[in-house]
This record gives sequence, C-alpha cells and structure tokens, in this order.
Amino acid sequence: MKIRTPQELDALRNSLLKQRDPNKPIVRICLGTGCRARGSIDVLKAFNDEIEKHNLKIQIECMQTGCHGFCERGPVVVIGPKEFFYQKVMPQDVAEIVSKTLLNGEVVHRLLYVDPVTGQRAVYEHEVPFYKKQTKPVLANNGRIDPTNILDYIAIGGYQALAKAITTMSCEEIIDTIEKSGLRGLGGGGFPTGRKWRLCRKALGDVKFVIGNGDEGDPGAFSDRSLMEANPHSILEGMIIGAYAIDANQGYLYLRAEYPLALKQLQTAIDQAREYGFLGKNIFNSGFDFGIKINRGGGAFVCGESSALIASIEGKMGEPRAKYIHTVERGLWNKPTNLNNVKTWANVPLIINNGADWYAKIGTAKSKGTGIFSLVGKVNNTGLIEIPMGTPLKQIIYSIGGGIIGSKRFKAVQTGGPSGGCIPEELLHLPVDFEKLTEAGSMLGSGGIIVMDENTCMVDVARYFLDFLQNESCGKCVPCREGIKRMLEIITDITLGKGKEEDLELLQELAETVKDFSLCGLGQTAPNTVLSTLRYFRDEYDAHVRDKKCTAGICKNLIEYFILDGKCTGCGACLNLCPQKAIQGEPKKTHIIDSAKCTRCGICRSACTFEAIMIKSGVD
Amino acid sequence: MSGDLSEYSKIDNIMKNHSLEESALISILHEIENLYNYLPDWALRHISEKLNISMIQVYGVASFYDAFHLKPRGKHLIRVCKGTACYLRGATQVFEALERELGIKEGETTRDQKFSLQSVHCLGACALAPVVLIGERYFDKTSPTKIRSVLKKV
Repeated sequence: MKIRTPQELDALRNSLLKQRDPNKPIVRICLGTGCRARGSIDVLKAFNDEIEKHNLKIQIECMQTGCHGFCERGPVVVIGPKEFFYQKVMPQDVAEIVSKTLLNGEVVHRLLYVDPVTGQRAVYEHEVPFYKKQTKPVLANNGRIDPTNILDYIAIGGYQALAKAITTMSCEEIIDTIEKSGLRGLGGGGFPTGRKWRLCRKALGDVKFVIGNGDEGDPGAFSDRSLMEANPHSILEGMIIGAYAIDANQGYLYLRAEYPLALKQLQTAIDQAREYGFLGKNIFNSGFDFGIKINRGGGAFVCGESSALIASIEGKMGEPRAKYIHTVERGLWNKPTNLNNVKTWANVPLIINNGADWYAKIGTAKSKGTGIFSLVGKVNNTGLIEIPMGTPLKQIIYSIGGGIIGSKRFKAVQTGGPSGGCIPEELLHLPVDFEKLTEAGSMLGSGGIIVMDENTCMVDVARYFLDFLQNESCGKCVPCREGIKRMLEIITDITLGKGKEEDLELLQELAETVKDFSLCGLGQTAPNTVLSTLRYFRDEYDAHVRDKKCTAGICKNLIEYFILDGKCTGCGACLNLCPQKAIQGEPKKTHIIDSAKCTRCGICRSACTFEAIMIKSGVD
Repeated sequence: MSGDLSEYSKIDNIMKNHSLEESALISILHEIENLYNYLPDWALRHISEKLNISMIQVYGVASFYDAFHLKPRGKHLIRVCKGTACYLRGATQVFEALERELGIKEGETTRDQKFSLQSVHCLGACALAPVVLIGERYFDKTSPTKIRSVLKKV
C-alpha cells in the first residue's frame, strides 16, 4: 500500500486509532540491548506463553519496544492503559502480572521502583526520580512503539512532518525552519544544521548525497544505538526531509559494526517505508525520488570523522583528509554530501511538526533543544537520558543519576568520550552546553556522561584514553600517530612510578602540539583528557611523580594489598583463590599477604565478603 | 591454505548480492567474516580478482578495521568490554583473570580452538558493567572470582 497524499496518511492514521482501543490492557516490554542482556527476551516469551495458555489474545496486547532508558533496573515492563512501571521483571513474575495487573488492574507492589533515599514506591514511570527530571521530545516514543512496525509509528503521528514538508513547504522554507530552530550537530561537532543544509543545497552538482552517521564509537556511549533500535523511522523521516530540502536522491546510513540489532531494525524500517511509499519514486506525488542504503562500519573510531566515514562508504580504509575540502561541496565520490548524526536527523520531524520557535524555546542561548546522553560509570542510575540543553551537570548526576554508588566521593565527570575532558567537582554547576563544556576543556561530544569517584585514578584515566586513541589513530599524519604514542609512553611511565618532574612539562607541550597540528578531529581532540587532568588534577600527577603514590589505589606498581586485622575472619576464601599463592594464614586467624609474591590482580579483594582486604599506596 | 571449489562458490554466492564495485568491499568482507569467523587469505585473493581491485587495497581494508581478522578464531569468541564504564568498574582485572584461566593473551586462541579472547571498546551495556560477551550471551557485573563459573556455563 502506497501513501501518496497527506489525506491518505491521515485516513490510515485515523483507521489505526479507531482499531486500537486505548483502554485495552497492554504489556510493553523493553527489548533494548541492556534489558535484552538481562533476559527480557525470556520475559517476552513468558508473557506470550501465559497469554496463550489462558486464551487471552483478544483481551491483552503484548508489545516489544526499544530502550526505555532505565537500564539499571532492567528488564523494564510498562503495563497500559494505566502505565504501571515494573522493574527487574523476571519470567517467574509474569503469571502474577497477568492475573493481577492485566486482568484486574491491581498493582504488584514488589515489582515497583523504590526510591533508595525516601523509601517511597513509584507506581508510574513519571514518579520515578530518574524520569521525573527529564524532558524527552526525541526519546518519548521509544517505549511506546514497536520499532519493527511502521503502523505504530504512523499511529503516533509518524511521517506527518514529511507530508507537511513535501506538500506544503518549499525547500528554502524547510531549511529556514531548521536554521531558525537553532538545531546543531548532535554528533559532537555542533555545527548549525540549517547552515550545513543550505551550503549543500547551494553546492554545484546534479548528484548529491545525505548520510546518517550511526557509527557511535565512543566507549561509554550508547545513545545513538538506543535511538536506532527503538525508533528507526524517526531517523529515516528526518533524512527524507533533509534530502528533499537539499535535493539529494540517495542516502546512506553508516552503522557501527557492533550494533547488529540497530542494523536489523533500520533495515526493517527502510523496507517498510519503501512499501508505504515514503521511500522510493515520486514520494507524496512530488516527483521527488529517494532511497536509503545501509553501510556497516568496521569498528574504527576515526570513522566518526566525516571524511573518514565517507572513505569507508567508498570501500576504502577510513582515513580522513584535510578539512579545507568541505564535504558539503565534495564529499562521497566527490559529490556534495550532507552528513548528520542520527540524533540530529531524528530531531528534524519534531521541528517541522512543532515549528522552529517551539524548538528554540528549549535549551540555552546558543545550544537549543535537548541532548541525549548515556549516563554511566560510578553512578547509581545508569541509563539513557534526555535533558534540555543547559541542565547543570550536578542535576544530571545527582537528581537523575541518583548520586555516586556506595556513597563514595565524587571525583570527576568525563564528557565527549576520548575527545573530551574530565570536569572536576568545583565545575559541576556547569550547564550541558556546547560552548560551556568546550571552555572547561571538555566537549559535549556524542553522548557519554561518565561519572568517576574517589577510586578512579585520573592519571590512569588519561592513560586509558591515550591507549584507546593510539590504537584508533589511522596513522596518516605524524602529530597524531607519533604524538599520541609518545604521550602514552610518558604517562605509562608515570603510572609505573618511573615518572620524572620534567615529564609533566613535556607532556603538556606534546599535548598542545598534537592538538594544534593534527589533520583531523581525532588528533586535534586527543590530548583533551591529558590537558584537562593536568589542569584540574595536577596534584595526582605530582603524587605519582614525586611521592610514587596513587591515592585512588589503581596503579599497580604504586600500591600494596594488605589484610585488616580486625575484619579478617580467616575464612580462607582469598587464600584458596590467590593465583600466586601469596596469601598465608591458618583457619579463623587473620591472614597475611606476601607483597613480594602479590601481582595486585585483585582476586582476593573481589572474593572477600568481609571487606578485610585493603589497598595502600606510599608509606603511610 | 586454499579453499576448495565449493568454498569458492560460497564466496561467489555472497558476491552475487552485491554490486561488483569497490564500495561493496567492506560489506563483502563482513559476510565472509560471518561465514568463517575470520578472513581466509585465499578468499581475499579471490575477491581482489573479482572486484578488480589490488590485493594491497583489499589487505589494507581487511587489516585497517577491527571487525576483521586475518587468523582463524576459536569456537567461542570471548569479548571483554573495556569501554570506559566497564574499565572504571574493573574490566582490566576481569580480562587478566580470563588470560590466566585460558592461558592466552589478547587476540589469541586456545590450542584446542575452543576460545578466542578479545577486548572491545564498549558493548553499550554500561548498566551491566563490567560485562563479558561470549558468543551471543552476556554476563553482567562480572569479577575475577566469577570467571571460572562463567567459563563453565559456555
């Protein structure tokens, strides 16, 4: 069935809404990667079995959805029409949910979220503090639609923006609207989207391309993936509108190799969109033709750089080229190409539907709309969040994230992935905003907010990111290829206790050189973690270099494990597991670690249930 | 080592679904990697001929991207997430415990061809940190002490 006019789309939507009884009990089960890993497929199966067993197919609907965001409490299940929010649901809970909640409208209290601070139970999603502080125009529908069913998307108003744009707006009007909204590239760059579109539209050439970047390579970020898995049509709709405005007839979606589910959902979505005429020839009878192909990446971080990504689509090694050749003029196969992150594309239909002013009202003076982030690390509520730009970091970590795990002390928050920097406690008031985070030596980046506590060594964190970047540097330009390697050597020496005072100066100088002279964004931002940790956590570097001390207890050469006299019960758990046989002791008496034999592997500490094994660094 | 005729026809079958152009190279390599768990040398030579692109370029692409492997890998692929969230929660210790337990290092395969060990940067399941993926199965909140029981479950 092809939809050719806005009227046909409205008629289809109305008939869908008529068929769907809003009062019918419905189970929405999160099948995002987090919940899936915790067994939500078994929960889905249990629901289907239970419904079948009691012959309830007509009374109860069962829907698989994408990521609801609260990964920490997965598998997450929401029960409509009352929208009860159940967390950590296991297959054995299903029979009770069906009989009590679905058939009788009663709450199963033990599956509700309990606020660890107030002890209050939350019955509905909007009562859970994790969700309460969020504003979710983009992610709102993640948990409400089946990503494999285009009709779900149409029923909630999907493809209305496309119909509006193509049948009532000129290309210039569309670009004006996007420009006026203030939408900026959400992949990290922050380039004004409307301006990019205009440049690409004006570029000479009869063949043009649009690209959706879903090659989310930052460790600790999964916001692109969640969106692609949960609401693929929103991305497609944005790309079709953009392609129409720019006058491109072919689009590419470039996906990270490690995201097989996103690939599947997007391919299904593309096939369905083609079936309904939103892709293909003569879309909405406008004479405009457009198709989208999916290209899988190969797991190279540098392909987040637009020109490297383009080389990869062409079938080459993902090496970037100099920035003075703009991809909007000469991109894929040297044709004008407009590349945006998938999150940026997903914002487009919302702006077309609600208007530029609606979007521009959200956020700060220069950073508009919302940001989608994965909140991870040493924070209580790990998950996917959407917040208005300008929300202070402190509010994100404490109100939404529920603070630091195990009431440890906060030390730093890292944004922007390997390209970003570490922000200390005294700057937690900073709002999440492109400019403010860059001023602080970090960047907004592509979606990871990583929280670090007192047990994180900042020198080791800098080493970790350099190690990652050294592996991911494509090797084309010398400052990046050699500079990162040398920085890594210096910092590794420091973590091994072999650092010298003058190393820090050299490190600083090298970092600035790599930043200034690298060819592409990977190298130019690579030193950010080093520079920001040198700026805010200089004392930790000094302690490593001067006192050979790692106060966080991470750097192996600078620490010793020991057993606390009063706490050890002499149970022997550590003694039996120690691979070096470095622990001695008699049953029921305090054990002792032979530091000379110990390799600091940490097994004893993870085996001890009495918290008797401690780490010390230096002499005190 | 070279593939026999039926193996070559498997590669030809894969190539039937793609245009015979340079831009299809990465997609074709993905499918071959799926089939054999690595990229056999003879297969790379075969596609170099079929796509009419130099072996240097095919090899360049195959060795550039982390998703491709040039040596055979074990039956069970163990991927330890060393993304930032997992790293902060002790992924290194988990990785070292696996190295000790299996007697192999990063990127190696056990002599019985049963396990290959690899670290990856982010599986996107940060709530489960530190997470280990064996085949398609996730093991959440792992620790060095849990490793033995995890391996037994495979």
